[in-house]
Amino acid sequence: MSIHSVNDFVVRFANINGSGSASANQMFARAIIRMGVPVATRNIFPSNIQGLPTWFEVRVSGAGWLGARGGADLVVAMNPQTWDKDVASIDPGGYLFYDCSRPIPADRFRDDITIIGVPLTEICNREYTDSRQRQLFKNIICIGALAAILDMEIEVIETLLSEQFRGKDKLIDANRKALHIGRNWALANLPCPIGLQIHRADGVGDRIYVEGNSAAALGAVYGGATVCAWYPLTPSTSLAEAFISYCRKLRIEPQTGHKRYAIVQTEDELASIGIVVGAGWNGSRAFTATSGPGISLMQEFLGLAYFAEIPAVLFNVQRGGPSTGMPTRTQQSDVLACAYASHGDTKHVLVFPRDPGEAFEFGALAFDLADRLQTPVFVMLDLDIGMNHSLTAPFRIEPGKRLDRGKVMTYDDLESGRDFGRYLDVDGDGIPYRTYPGVHPGRGSYFTRGTTRDAYARYTEEGGPYVENMERLLRKFLTARTLAPGPLIQMAARPTKLGIVHYGSTAPAMDEAATQLARQGVDVDVLRVRAFPFSDEVVDFINAHDRVFVVEQNRDAQLRTLLMVEHGLDPRKLVPVLHYDGAPITARFITRAIADLVGVDQTAGKEKAPA
Amino acid sequence: MTYLPKPKFHHPAIETNKLGLTHRDYEGSVSTLCAGCGHDSISSAIMHACFELSLPPHRIAKLSGIGCSSKTPTYFLGPAHGFNSVHGRMPSVLTGANLANREMIYLGVSGDGDSASIGFGQFAHSIRRAVNMVYLVANNGVYGLTKGQFSATADKGARAKKGAVNTDAPIDLVTMALQLGASFVARSFSGDKGQLVPLIKAAIEHRGPAFIDVISPCVAFNNHEGSTKSFDFVREHNEAINTLDFIKERAPITADYPPGSTQVVRLHDGSSIRLRKIGADYDVHDRIAAMSYLMTREASGEIVTGLIYMDDDPEDLHRHLDTVSTPLNRLGDAELVPGQAALDKINSGLR
Repeated sequence: MSIHSVNDFVVRFANINGSGSASANQMFARAIIRMGVPVATRNIFPSNIQGLPTWFEVRVSGAGWLGARGGADLVVAMNPQTWDKDVASIDPGGYLFYDCSRPIPADRFRDDITIIGVPLTEICNREYTDSRQRQLFKNIICIGALAAILDMEIEVIETLLSEQFRGKDKLIDANRKALHIGRNWALANLPCPIGLQIHRADGVGDRIYVEGNSAAALGAVYGGATVCAWYPLTPSTSLAEAFISYCRKLRIEPQTGHKRYAIVQTEDELASIGIVVGAGWNGSRAFTATSGPGISLMQEFLGLAYFAEIPAVLFNVQRGGPSTGMPTRTQQSDVLACAYASHGDTKHVLVFPRDPGEAFEFGALAFDLADRLQTPVFVMLDLDIGMNHSLTAPFRIEPGKRLDRGKVMTYDDLESGRDFGRYLDVDGDGIPYRTYPGVHPGRGSYFTRGTTRDAYARYTEEGGPYVENMERLLRKFLTARTLAPGPLIQMAARPTKLGIVHYGSTAPAMDEAATQLARQGVDVDVLRVRAFPFSDEVVDFINAHDRVFVVEQNRDAQLRTLLMVEHGLDPRKLVPVLHYDGAPITARFITRAIADLVGVDQTAGKEKAPA
Repeated sequence: MTYLPKPKFHHPAIETNKLGLTHRDYEGSVSTLCAGCGHDSISSAIMHACFELSLPPHRIAKLSGIGCSSKTPTYFLGPAHGFNSVHGRMPSVLTGANLANREMIYLGVSGDGDSASIGFGQFAHSIRRAVNMVYLVANNGVYGLTKGQFSATADKGARAKKGAVNTDAPIDLVTMALQLGASFVARSFSGDKGQLVPLIKAAIEHRGPAFIDVISPCVAFNNHEGSTKSFDFVREHNEAINTLDFIKERAPITADYPPGSTQVVRLHDGSSIRLRKIGADYDVHDRIAAMSYLMTREASGEIVTGLIYMDDDPEDLHRHLDTVSTPLNRLGDAELVPGQAALDKINSGLR
């Protein structure tokens, strides 16, 4: 029995890295979005350059679920190397789309799936003589054939082609021709459409489709960042590269053509954070983009920035650890390494965006927080958010919003004789005033150091002033609770003593899982943590529930540890739900894990049991 | 540390510079280094150079890493902003500070441990990145704060207090700086103020990466025998630096400069300084010749001091990055935040 589904299925492309398939695959996803049907796309790629397998997963979800689903209903198998695994990955009743130019032995197929062969290579060899053209147009011919079998509107793809190659009419015509070659072949030779179909809908609205790293980089532009120092490190590289490209468009001085920004690709992560600290000290908004291994290298500087109170923003696009770990897989396993980075007593501000939309919002906000709190702020992205395109609300900035530079004493302040003590808690919020170097000839200068000092930045090793300073840093951290984004809570339909706490890229899967659980009769309130330090609402939420599942993408339940350590919460009531194999967490996983824990017979529910 | 209150008044005839400032305006707090430390002489030379150039002290940022040398910025230019960062990482912090505000003068003070060992990479990359700065290394061939371990500039065969003999090849930061593209390279000796002050002045005026290696004996010439200050700490340093002997041997050469053998070097502010020539045929504008000269002299056991190389048209990171002339830290919301209209355009391209 073949799967029949409109606007609700998963297509997985199995490609060869470097074959030029990526842009064709993106076009396929965009075409579905243009038809008003939400999609969630994910790249699955091993850590290598060319010739090895990559996968691109398109989850078509009319209901709008953007988390990974797991399984595949249609596999487009273009890589002979991974053939067996790809064929095996198809859900029973699913479809296999492949290039049938060369015969494949019958025993390498399955009889519980529908086989769709298109002689892509043969068609290409017939139509094109140039080998590069054969490769590139093969991808477009493939999309044309897929459009036919899935009943997609071909005009939508044509429009996308003309947008992509705007101004290059020859390319538009050539691509359009290839598209129709594929489509016409499928219409003439295959039963079109198959059981999986895309029907025009109205599920996308004004949402945009964008990569998390790109959104975060744009956030840095809107957050007023002028200095970026970075060292290439998967999966953070595209964040710095996106910053470069946005700055070229948005940050050029019109009169002169000069740049209102400075970007340095450094020799290592130590230099990156050093430059960020130096620039932050001197009054520029500065950031670095890195991942776990970079965070490990930056530890000493993070302690300095914490103790000397220098603003710095770090985008940590987390990947699978420890060590080199899984460089091209996703995890949320740097929570503790960032929260308590460096030796001595330290605590750092973390923000946890859920998707590209919040990556933009928090990416900009992080610079205000860093300046206001005069401390490093970590934007905790991960590979799933950073390196995948996702549908998200369009970028908006608050009208009239100004950059918050925090407590900076100006020349006039100093000239008027205001008392300046670099580490003096004037306002009782733990945040002292600072000056930018060189502001005044006679006042406001001080010596910045990682060693202890008094409230006027004078070196001292006396225990009293040291303790006073450390206590003030704690007061400042309490202030951070009121400034960082608070949690979002979604209450169950009926009162319940069960709660879920989650954060970051778990959110899209969690949205879906909450609905699945409700359908199975499990009422559960859901809180999404958006920052550390945790606000009172987080603690109140946990106190108001008997059992709280803490859903995370790491082995050691790091956020749970943070909750226990910082708030003395009862470990018995905080139940870890952990997913850390490097693939993005799915609603199926969360639903099954929590249903198991609360003892629900899942076969009684309407949902199909997770595969 | 002691804070000696200094009287605000001074003798009416006391020397002032163009800004009307006295030497005292360029001082810092009292040094906590060993009495007679060569580093204090360097601090003094920096103060003299800044005084003589009539630089407003608050427009200078003094940055350092960790070590004896890195403590010195506290002891000069009190009204300047200072940053004592982490070990070996002054160059990156200075680079960041420089990116944020290109209008200030950046003075990086480091040591041989700070620059040739733990921070060798940052030293190299800040030079090759052409950061407009004065990078001054107080070079004593030894770790002072941790009591006398060899540093990477210690000469092969040098003997430490406890008898250990250094078997590792030394790193010559001057040769490295030349190789890495520094556009101003000099070496001096902390005891030769007459040479050091003009070099620092020239380095400050140079608009590019200026490197000065200052051989600075760890505890000075006046550490006479029988001194009550001869604790182990002092003695260890004194013996650890066999370069001290080396220096002494060089001293006559310095004195033997032929009179009248001078070279006029033009500075970026239009002024010029006169430098005594190192060798009769020496040309400070020839990088390759400079390297060859250094090697030849080194082979004959000599250390070359003076201005070794200078490029009249130096590189600068800001020029490479094509940054605006306004310091980045002075750009406001209007220059930095592109606005909703630009976002709308981006949004429409993402559908």
